[in-house]
Amino acid sequence: MARAATTTDAFNAVAEPRRRQIVDVLARGERPVNDLVAQLGVAQPQVSKHLRVLREVGVVEVRGDGRRRLYRLNGQALKPIHDWVRAYEQTWSERFDELDVVLDELKEKEEGHDGDR
Amino acid sequence: MTVTGSRKATVTLPSDTQILITREFVAPRDLVWKAWTTPELVRRWWHANRGEMTVCEIDLRVGGKWRYAMNAEGFGEVGFHGEYREIQPFERLVSTEVYEGIPDAEANAALDTLTLTEDGGRTLMTVLVEHATKEGRDAHIESGMEDGMQDAMDLLEEVAGSLR
Repeated sequence: MARAATTTDAFNAVAEPRRRQIVDVLARGERPVNDLVAQLGVAQPQVSKHLRVLREVGVVEVRGDGRRRLYRLNGQALKPIHDWVRAYEQTWSERFDELDVVLDELKEKEEGHDGDR
Repeated sequence: MTVTGSRKATVTLPSDTQILITREFVAPRDLVWKAWTTPELVRRWWHANRGEMTVCEIDLRVGGKWRYAMNAEGFGEVGFHGEYREIQPFERLVSTEVYEGIPDAEANAALDTLTLTEDGGRTLMTVLVEHATKEGRDAHIESGMEDGMQDAMDLLEEVAGSLR
């Protein structure tokens, strides 16, 4: 079970840069594997291997459409990652809201000093 | 896709060792630079409403040091410091950043790159935080988690109070 570590959760699954690329492409909509191969410029067996890992952790889902298999993103599976980063993002959001106030004041002062800016 | 004019900060993880913070400001970039590098001004926004900023030292020259500290409500003193590595006024600022609250702090220093791009009176800011290891990066994100938790607690207290 040497490769179990890469498939245990969404964090590990998207730690691999190629898999993040796949997630980015699928974020724009459902795609057959051939589209992913063309967009990433990676051989199909490689893409299929990555898709398998992403499916195992539920980040990617697949459905049949005639003879094609279409892959799509399951945003819910990425939520733990989102939540983890969100608290950090919240701190910066509040920091920047305060910075907006400072900037508004600086702008007013500048306009007061040189009106032709 | 991102809505133009959105003033929300976004945080993404471009790789295992990086954090990317982006935000747009409705102000020219010389003013954003000024607010970012002038101690009296930094003191007014860096606290993020989480307490009082107790130290704000900026020696803005290559090799110069900076240190920020605040007394975070319910959490105590948190400090950060570093050294300026590259300065291109109004455009780009590269510095190291040490979060003093973790063991082996100096060894886990990050390299921060601020870039400011102006377009039609608006300024796009990006801050790229690069760590040497994934563990260092993750600890950095969790330094924000404490604040977030604190926020949630405050909110809970407020809500609970209003129910009385």
